[in-house]
Amino acid sequence: MKTSATDLELAIQMDEAARVAHELRLKRDRQNRNGRILKHIFLIIVSCVMLYPLFWLLASSFKPENEIFGSLTLWPSEFRFENYTKGWYALPISFTVFYVNSAIVTGLSVIGNLVSCSFAAYAFARLSFTGRSFFFALMMMTLMIPYHVVLIPQYVQFLNLGWVDTYLPLVVPRFLASDAFFIFLMVQFFRQLPRELDEAAMIDGCSPFKIYWAIILPLSLPAMGTAAIFSLIWVWEDFLAPLIYLNDIKSYTVPLALRLFLDQEGQSAYGQMFAMSVLSLVPVVIFFVLFQKLIVRGIATSGMK
Amino acid sequence: MKRFFARNAPAYVFLLPWLIGFFLLALGPILASLYLSFTRYDMVSAPRWIGWGNYEYMFTRDRRFWKALEVTFTYVALAVPARLIMALGVAMLLDKGLRTIGLYRAIFYLPSLLGASIAIAILWRQLFAADGVVNQVLAMVGIQGASWITDPDTSLYTLVVLAMWQFGSPMLIFLAGLRGIPRDLYEAAEIDGTPGWRQFTRITLPLLAPVIFFNLVLQTIDSFKTFSSAFIISNGTGAPADSLLFYTVYLFNEAFKFFRMGYASALAWFLLVIIATFTAIAFFTSKYWVHYENERD
Repeated sequence: MKTSATDLELAIQMDEAARVAHELRLKRDRQNRNGRILKHIFLIIVSCVMLYPLFWLLASSFKPENEIFGSLTLWPSEFRFENYTKGWYALPISFTVFYVNSAIVTGLSVIGNLVSCSFAAYAFARLSFTGRSFFFALMMMTLMIPYHVVLIPQYVQFLNLGWVDTYLPLVVPRFLASDAFFIFLMVQFFRQLPRELDEAAMIDGCSPFKIYWAIILPLSLPAMGTAAIFSLIWVWEDFLAPLIYLNDIKSYTVPLALRLFLDQEGQSAYGQMFAMSVLSLVPVVIFFVLFQKLIVRGIATSGMK
Repeated sequence: MKRFFARNAPAYVFLLPWLIGFFLLALGPILASLYLSFTRYDMVSAPRWIGWGNYEYMFTRDRRFWKALEVTFTYVALAVPARLIMALGVAMLLDKGLRTIGLYRAIFYLPSLLGASIAIAILWRQLFAADGVVNQVLAMVGIQGASWITDPDTSLYTLVVLAMWQFGSPMLIFLAGLRGIPRDLYEAAEIDGTPGWRQFTRITLPLLAPVIFFNLVLQTIDSFKTFSSAFIISNGTGAPADSLLFYTVYLFNEAFKFFRMGYASALAWFLLVIIATFTAIAFFTSKYWVHYENERD
């Protein structure tokens, strides 16, 4: 009797415990769901605040001049497409030239970065040679050096070579792996590839170049893609180097051209200035949307800006 | 000797572009700018050795140098923590309990990609203008906003806000770091009834310390180098009243507007020293507050 009473008690207790646990779980789920909804609301508000300036810029680029200031609305009362058509020709030289210039500089720079940085990264990550860790440390140290420190001697150097007002000072350094960030990014990636591949290829008599070209590169397309996209965006937006090296308006890149609008501020062509600003961001946004995954992964693994 | 050559030759061939670049574009210029920093050099006549003259002037008589330091350090001290706190906060919101974060992640990251562009600097000038968007919003809640950009007391804050707006890349790095924290730690804490903020200080912060450290170093170095946005927003001069005289803007003007190349080189070298010092401090103190996971206490 006694045992069955305790059994019964135990059963009741267990039942009670199960009920409490169930209720707790329900409560937690409820809390979680409420928490999730709150989080979403908060994140949506933050998203709107973050995006508002961009949408305001876009809207203003279509607005009539008198509607740009003193207005928060994201919908122009009438669409002024001529902000774009007039803005394109608002400077002494048309934006066609600036875009061609920017495309030349960016295209060559991206190629330079990919070739020279992947060469260096391959040596650092896959080949053993005397002085490897020493040079690797040097390379990592160059990441820290501000561009401003090397700027003046570089300028003097390029001036003496007669390279000022050409694209050479912007492009040639990229063929000499001056953006060491990409070496670092690629080294990280190359190191993860299985060593056995190189060894097997070596036994088969492949040269180091063959291994680089036929094994490492094809397997590293994600890393190369990340490097290509980042160098494309950074070179496209680059301002300081073009500002120093390009004096002739015919050789200006897009960011330099945008700055000219500011000098003419008195003439109040805000709509046109905004229109051209929007256009300058379009390639970046397109590349971001298309290659978002590569970009996100690239930052997470290498910690780039 | 022959074998030594055969073993190393292929690697050095691959390394050649970088090696040339390293000597001609990094090491050479750094040493050259050290030399120039002890000279007076206007690019017309040859550099003239003046010993410590530039540094003496810089530290003892140049008010604008001190102003530039003040502006830059204030900016770094405000912008870096603001950006990192924002990044960590949003990363933690995204990390737990939400199923789809892809779109948020993309939206929050986009400004980091655009933020360095001239277009955004131009936009910022208008947002914070006297009749700009920010003051419109403030007027709706009955606040009379300042003329943010042209008032020396507030102009720097517009750039701090711009820095905060670009919290996306440290956020992504924090997210990757948060993913690495084992979930069962939080579950165990939950069962023990540990309150949320305590979970944050006892689990999240210590385990995230290496990532925080990494972000801190990166963002600090980056903030010292801020140039384009400050240059555009201040009309290239550091105006109003030198309140936007970032160190890099001052250096640029000394070098390429007034062609005081020797003095600008001294400024450049001091910038290198500042950044190197900060990096060194971060690395040498890191062992006291950063514990890596595979390390035993």
